[in-house]
Amino acid sequence: MSALPIDSSSAPRDTRPPTVFPVWLRVTHWLNAVGVILMVMSGWRVYNASPLFGFVFPEPLTIGGWLGGALQWHFAAMWIIVVNGVLYLLANLATRRLFTQFFPLSPRSIWRDLRSAFRGRLSHDDLRIYNAVQRAAYLFVMLDLVVLVLSGLVLWKSVQFPLLRDLFGGYEIARRVHFFAMTGVVAFFVVHVVMTVLVPRTLLAMIRGR
Amino acid sequence: MIRSSRRLPPAVASDADLILRDAMKSVDAPTRRRFLERGLTLGGLSLLSGCALDDSESVQAALVSISRFNDRVQAAIFDDKNLAPTYPESMITRPFPFNAYYGVDEVRHVDPSTYKLELSGLVGDKTPWTLDRLNTLPQTSQVTRHICVEGWSAIGKWGGIRFADFLDRIGADKTAKYVGFKCADDYYTSIDMPTALHPQTLLTLTYDGRTLPAEYGFPMKLRMPTKLGYKNPKHIMALFVTNAFPGGYWEDQGYNWFGGS
Repeated sequence: MSALPIDSSSAPRDTRPPTVFPVWLRVTHWLNAVGVILMVMSGWRVYNASPLFGFVFPEPLTIGGWLGGALQWHFAAMWIIVVNGVLYLLANLATRRLFTQFFPLSPRSIWRDLRSAFRGRLSHDDLRIYNAVQRAAYLFVMLDLVVLVLSGLVLWKSVQFPLLRDLFGGYEIARRVHFFAMTGVVAFFVVHVVMTVLVPRTLLAMIRGR
Repeated sequence: MIRSSRRLPPAVASDADLILRDAMKSVDAPTRRRFLERGLTLGGLSLLSGCALDDSESVQAALVSISRFNDRVQAAIFDDKNLAPTYPESMITRPFPFNAYYGVDEVRHVDPSTYKLELSGLVGDKTPWTLDRLNTLPQTSQVTRHICVEGWSAIGKWGGIRFADFLDRIGADKTAKYVGFKCADDYYTSIDMPTALHPQTLLTLTYDGRTLPAEYGFPMKLRMPTKLGYKNPKHIMALFVTNAFPGGYWEDQGYNWFGGS
């Protein structure tokens, strides 16, 4: 507990740029990415076995080879999504990152940043700070993945989780919720990847941490 | 400290500037660019061409062992107090869809006059059961949702003997692990004992109040609203109680064995 003023010039100065993404975040991010891609591609194959709507997904975009294989992938990758997702949320809460990174957030700030973004005037100088559109998008995908997992749980075990089944309005409605929540994740994924291509520094930061 | 985006400094560097800057940087760093390119294409390729992932035997083995693990998870989740929802008859799906590993034109027709349900394995009384004798047992019916592994579902009404009562009647060893079924259409499957004893598991002889039609599994279908469609055998000719894992027609090809709902 020294009261001496710290001489910053004598201290070894860290010249590296500050950490943007802590290691736990990077690990859970990439595991989640793998999990989501496997879930979506195998899920499309399962969908194709009995299409809800008037189209099927192109087979080269699916994995599993047939319904049984796709289901094996789906019910293996679900463990990645769930276990990794719970760890991510716990770390997010424990570090208070959830509150500091994503809030405050208001419809007005989202609208303003969205307009600046389309005019190419949104700054990405400091990757540690999310703009309002990012905040909204990341919160959306977190919530959407929770809905995907819960509706998926109803499809997987509709008899064993009666409360959850009733909450989703029964098996057949849960099936549609699951589909549209998937659509939400895929839409997020597309925008997310496009933004990464536009600002590739974010990809490096998500790999190296800064 | 919470930083509001509203308090951010004015946009000093716009997206356009940054994109340009990034582009310049990557021109300066060919190794980095190559790394990124390779990373993207390798990752993309291995993810897009699912067959490359599937073909590996070790991947197959891993998937199968996870499926076995999921069997155990489902057995742990299974609660015999959880009943599948039942529906009013007005909600029955008409016509109820036909489903099998073959087309409806290949449906097997079992002769009721010579039919006998064969029993084997860990059962006390192995006397085969004729249809007349089965019909003398107390009957019950229920309207439940049939959920197919493909995702679709349909509501139907099945009637028959509570399977737990039947297992009592034949002196089955209820501490055994499995009950297996052999069917007239060469289909076969097996279930766990807790599901066999579930109050909604019925050895059905009727569909919608009339004798089970051939396309729904005459003379007998085991109906379990707690399991997916492929676990519900039709045209049952023989059943056996065992501790040796019996597998099943689809299960041996990769469908999850427990197949719970």
